[in-house]
Amino acid sequence: MALAQTAALGKRAVVRTARQPANVVFPLIFPMLLLAVNAGGLRAETKLPGFPTTSFLAFALAVPFVQGALLATINANVEFARDIQTGFLNRLALTPVRGIVLLFGQLGGLITSAVVQAIFYLAVGLAFGVRLQSGIGGAAMLLLLETAIALAFASLGSWAALRTGSTEAVQGLFPVFFVFLFLSSMNIPRNLIEADWFRWVATVNPVSYLIEAVRALVITGWDWQTIGLGFGVAGALSIVGFALATHALWNRLERT
Amino acid sequence: MDGPRENSIEAHGLVREFKKGPRAVDGIDLRVDPGEIYGFLGPNGAGKSTTVHMLTTLLPPTAGTATVAGYDVVKEGPQVRKAIGAALQEAALDPFLTGREHLRLQTTMHGITGEERSKRSDELLTRVGLTEAADRKVKGYSGGMKRRLDLALALVHRPRILFLDEPTTGLDVQSRTALWVEVGRLAKEEGVTVFLTTQYLEEADVLADRVGIIDHGRIVAEGTPEKLKADIACSTVEAVPATPDQRGAVASVLERFGEQTTGYGPGSVAVQLASANGNLAEIVRALDAEGVVLSQLQIHEPTLDDVFLAKTGRHLEGAGDEEEQDSEQDLEPARA
Amino acid sequence: MRDTLSVARGVSWRVLHIFFTNKAFLLPSIAFPLFFFTAFVGGLSRIRQVPGFDFPTGYTAFQFVFVLLQSAAFAGVFTGFGIARDFETGFMRRLMLAAPNRSGILLGYTFSALVRWATVATVVTVVALLAQMKIGGDGVDLFGLYALALFLNVAGALWATGVAMRLRSQQAAPVMQMPVFLLLFFAPVYVPLNLLQGWIHGVASVNPITALLEAGRGFISGRPELTLAAFAIAAGLILGFAAWAVRGLRRAEAAG
Ligand SMILES: Nc1ncnc2c1ncn2[C@@H]1O[C@H](COP(=O)(O)OP(=O)(O)OP(=O)(O)O)[C@@H](O)[C@H]1O
Ligand SMILES: [Mg+2]
Repeated sequence: MALAQTAALGKRAVVRTARQPANVVFPLIFPMLLLAVNAGGLRAETKLPGFPTTSFLAFALAVPFVQGALLATINANVEFARDIQTGFLNRLALTPVRGIVLLFGQLGGLITSAVVQAIFYLAVGLAFGVRLQSGIGGAAMLLLLETAIALAFASLGSWAALRTGSTEAVQGLFPVFFVFLFLSSMNIPRNLIEADWFRWVATVNPVSYLIEAVRALVITGWDWQTIGLGFGVAGALSIVGFALATHALWNRLERT
Repeated sequence: MDGPRENSIEAHGLVREFKKGPRAVDGIDLRVDPGEIYGFLGPNGAGKSTTVHMLTTLLPPTAGTATVAGYDVVKEGPQVRKAIGAALQEAALDPFLTGREHLRLQTTMHGITGEERSKRSDELLTRVGLTEAADRKVKGYSGGMKRRLDLALALVHRPRILFLDEPTTGLDVQSRTALWVEVGRLAKEEGVTVFLTTQYLEEADVLADRVGIIDHGRIVAEGTPEKLKADIACSTVEAVPATPDQRGAVASVLERFGEQTTGYGPGSVAVQLASANGNLAEIVRALDAEGVVLSQLQIHEPTLDDVFLAKTGRHLEGAGDEEEQDSEQDLEPARA
Repeated sequence: MRDTLSVARGVSWRVLHIFFTNKAFLLPSIAFPLFFFTAFVGGLSRIRQVPGFDFPTGYTAFQFVFVLLQSAAFAGVFTGFGIARDFETGFMRRLMLAAPNRSGILLGYTFSALVRWATVATVVTVVALLAQMKIGGDGVDLFGLYALALFLNVAGALWATGVAMRLRSQQAAPVMQMPVFLLLFFAPVYVPLNLLQGWIHGVASVNPITALLEAGRGFISGRPELTLAAFAIAAGLILGFAAWAVRGLRRAEAAG
């Protein structure tokens, strides 16, 4: 019963995204454009002593996976906030469905979108000659990791949506997420960052570990420590985000 | 769980105070009997929606108690929700889903599955006349179609009590009448109790068995439309002089019989009669004696607006919060 | 003429009033360029150790020019967002009704873009100076740099205005933003043109923004180059987009 409800809500979230071409195309294209720009512009970086690979494209391919999850999070939670604004959530709240199921449905739909995007990025990477050092199994692990990353951002995003109930506020997360993305080891390995303060920021920034875990699967292979760290960080963010989101949900559905 | 209880609604001293806002609902007592259509009539901002939200368990009251279908709205939320259906003021629909997909989602949420689900969906789509549009996205629906879909969604689980918050606002006369027929049928044939809010006098008058008039969060009058009007009991006489310069003369004659009132035709003089059986013949004689010529003379039976006027000193139309006035000012700098 | 100016004054007063009194508009406009500046300068400074990187006044000054031009272009584009919003709320229709001379509307929005950018540029400059950016150029050179950015600002505003006048919806935001984003980034952003390799070198060589960037970097290092070409290109962009914006206005008028 609860499962059927979650599935129905998740499906609706996916369908709604899929029917807005802009919401489908943008998260697919934008990370690829940024990848192209950086792979071209920063290729000189591979000449720095100590750079871990000769292909900057392979190095940078990790970024879209994290960025795609962020974009999916913004899209899905703007819609979620709109559901609150229009009263759609109220309509659902008037049914016997349990509150937590509403949240599960939302998260499930978002993760589905993120994984579909990830498959696309992977295909583009392969088409342009990137080969995963971790092999086929690595690709499966990559999608699993993407699920964890998406869950982390998704739960934080739904917290924002539930807390504020405002589409603008969720949209306003976009820059915040991008700050985290850019102040990470996104464009350069942490040990090659020259400015101490930047290296420090990138080291305390959880996004660095998410990117590095994906990157390990692409350019290093089965580096369990890095991969495990990525899953750990994603898991921790998910737990925090989920706790906050459930709390906000109870407050939002003041229903008795 | 105990068996089904009565389909009634009861509220005692219901209050809702918003943190940074007004006392939106300020102590409401009401009782709606099973199978009855109760019309909740009031201007913008009167507190209609807030009351509906409390009765449908979406908003906890800050004071007072209410039972719906025999369950306490605060302590027994889930049971209340099982018994009721609601179409809230904003037709809360997803523009990117079709009508049928909405029904599918709604039925799943209510735990209706399999064959029963599609049967129920088709039946409701037919009943609200959306069969043809069922597979189109809601984005392309007209206001009336959205309202009707909203009603269908509220009905999927065969609720015994139905809440409709301004169901006909923004609809044309035809769609409005169609909705009235459907709501009337639900009450008469299926015994559904209906709690309906409206800003339209006519809607309350035609549709409701009993009317509660709400203003500033309080019920100022309650009863059957007939009784409410009978309590006022004073008809209005409207006279249109043949030439405009005689308006003064007509007014001075009519004022002998009651108090002048507004809201009628531009060229006319209207007076609410002071006594219940205002004597038309006497009025005509008096006008004749003054030698004024009339092009029209009419008696208006009291309306619910007269009731509202009598209770609050204002007309219902335009009595709400004046909200949307300041947008004009945006233009000022451009003209500077 | 007096009509045009008073309409322009009214329009820009309103836009700027909203801009300066709304944190939601003001903060991102200032934060974004600052953020790019920090992320690029802090994260990527080691790039100047790549063999062949020979910019004399350091990586901070090198990136400052990019960020200054980027902020100018985007301050222009944001103006287009505002116009699109005004169409959606119906406010533009009122402006069109009230304004005897509608080119004043264009003028007003463009002027507001200028003030907007001036605010952002001031902040970015102060921050760069605090970060001890080295400047090689003299007063005339610096004037050249800011004049170039100002030209780009106007061109960006006119471009976005033209789009907004044609599409009249906030959905048009990516259409305004994306080409500008691409133009800016398919240029020598992180390293000088001679260090770019492969397809990106080809694209950057024909990208008009490249000349503006190189001229700007010439100004700040005190070794001006490509100055004439850059100003000619900037003037060309303004003329072209002015025609584009005016035609857009006529289209909007025709559409009612
Ligand atoms: N969430 C809220 N926070 C603060 N004030 C509120 C809130 N909801 C409603 N109000 C206020 O409570 C009062 C009653 O609002 P309500 O929506 O119940 O009126 P209404 O009778 O339904 O009016 P309308 O005909 O416009 O729908 C209004 O003054 C409104 O501003
Ligand atoms: Mg209401």
